[in-house]
Amino acid sequence: MKAKTIFVFLLVIALSFSVAAVAGCGTGQPTSLILATTTSTADTGLLDYLLPEFEKAYKVKVKPIAVGSGEALKMGERGDADVLLVHAKSDEEAFVKSGFGLERVEVMYNDFVILGPQADPAGIKGDKSAVDAFKKIADAGATFVSRGDDSGTNKKELNLWAAAGVNPVGQPWYLETGQGMGETITVTDQKQGYTLSDRATYLARKDTPQIVILIEGDRQLLNPYSVIVVNPEKHPGLKLNTKGAGDFVEFMTCKKGQEMIGAYKKNGVVLFHPDAKGETRGMGDYRE
Amino acid sequence: MSTILNAFKEAFLLIVRFNPDFYRVLLLSLIVSGTATVIGALIGIPLGVALSESSFRGRRVLLTLVHAFMGLPPVVVGLFTLLVIMRSGPLGSLELYYTPTAMVIVQVILATPIIAGFTHASMEGVDPRLGLQAMSLGATRWQAAWVKMREARAGLVAAVIAGLGRVMAEVGAVLIVGGNLKGQTRVLTTDIVMQTRMANYELALAEGIVLILLVVIINIFLTRLQAEKGMREIEKRVTGYPA
Repeated sequence: MKAKTIFVFLLVIALSFSVAAVAGCGTGQPTSLILATTTSTADTGLLDYLLPEFEKAYKVKVKPIAVGSGEALKMGERGDADVLLVHAKSDEEAFVKSGFGLERVEVMYNDFVILGPQADPAGIKGDKSAVDAFKKIADAGATFVSRGDDSGTNKKELNLWAAAGVNPVGQPWYLETGQGMGETITVTDQKQGYTLSDRATYLARKDTPQIVILIEGDRQLLNPYSVIVVNPEKHPGLKLNTKGAGDFVEFMTCKKGQEMIGAYKKNGVVLFHPDAKGETRGMGDYRE
Repeated sequence: MSTILNAFKEAFLLIVRFNPDFYRVLLLSLIVSGTATVIGALIGIPLGVALSESSFRGRRVLLTLVHAFMGLPPVVVGLFTLLVIMRSGPLGSLELYYTPTAMVIVQVILATPIIAGFTHASMEGVDPRLGLQAMSLGATRWQAAWVKMREARAGLVAAVIAGLGRVMAEVGAVLIVGGNLKGQTRVLTTDIVMQTRMANYELALAEGIVLILLVVIINIFLTRLQAEKGMREIEKRVTGYPA
């Protein structure tokens, strides 16, 4: 009786797992393309707009995973993603240099803005320099809400603090949400603080919050996005979809893809500006 | 305040407007959580009955584990599962990452201990003399357990409802292993998180209302099923004929 009981349990467990395994089993070739990207491309709706077109044209199923740029690069390092769409220039260059990525191809840009309350307690409005504005915020001890999630925006923000000669971490006025840009704007709005945001996420929000753009237009605040194909040679044991990754780069840099990016509007405003240079390159040096 | 009121209107519109994107999300929620609950019940109910009715080595340890796992944090289950099924993980070659199958797996892990725990508790609640009486009339131990299971029917249905409620409302684990991919792994709870992030509060709340309605409807259905069966049973016993 006892043995029978245990046998039945094991059978049920084994059955349910084998069903799960068969249902998800691939045909040996990667069936989908994993795109690791930033929250901004997902939260603005850009991916939902571009990907169906790409999937139709190249007959591939994309799984876009929206994480911060830092985590996206790590997914690339582990071979858990096939292609990256990220914005963290110096980290991207290091990523390619250490052989994890084939080539860094810039596809579009937007810019960062400093958001803050209309009352502007730190008095930064109209400043030409983002670094000066950060200094003023620190001097005033005004609430600043940081992503604190190792994303591209977070990295940019930390670079600006470093340039301002301020170490904000641990200060009572410095809050770290550890969440995406959308949630961080909500927190900033509720706390009536300052934050660094990409312009697109701020503009794409349906409910315009009570915080406004105070600083914009500084060259320091340019935010270039690029695509990088993960180097399959770094992951010989894994099945990477490098063909699909090259197709994605091709799509993002080709005339049609670039036009689509430039035509994407939310609330009547263009969110990303296409800037792929020259002809489409796809797989870069990888293609024979 | 107007946001909250508008959300109810939005919820109504969502249901009647038949937006295919929304219904796909709704349907996937039902399929994933339904499948997970069925598998969870297939494992959990026999497990709970065995924990109550038979004595085997390690029964106490297993029971403690089941009780502890009833409170598993979904995010941890999601992360652990993702690390296993990730492309660079031990089961990476199965390509389960970011699929509905992966979502079913995490939900089975979450639902099974709850169903097993509640099943065990309701079996323990049945008068033990019932089983002994059945055996004295010549029933085997399994037949006796079956008699007790019928007696504990309401508890077993509650166990399944609790398991379903847990997985339908769960967001942390499915978000991690599913990735909230549009048209592929986006379910009601993960869509609510995304809409909240995009500050579409009315839509997010409206989807929440639909989710709650859905759970209420399923619960009414399951409870009715059990109650009607119970009534028929009583009638049969009193009159001697099936109703």
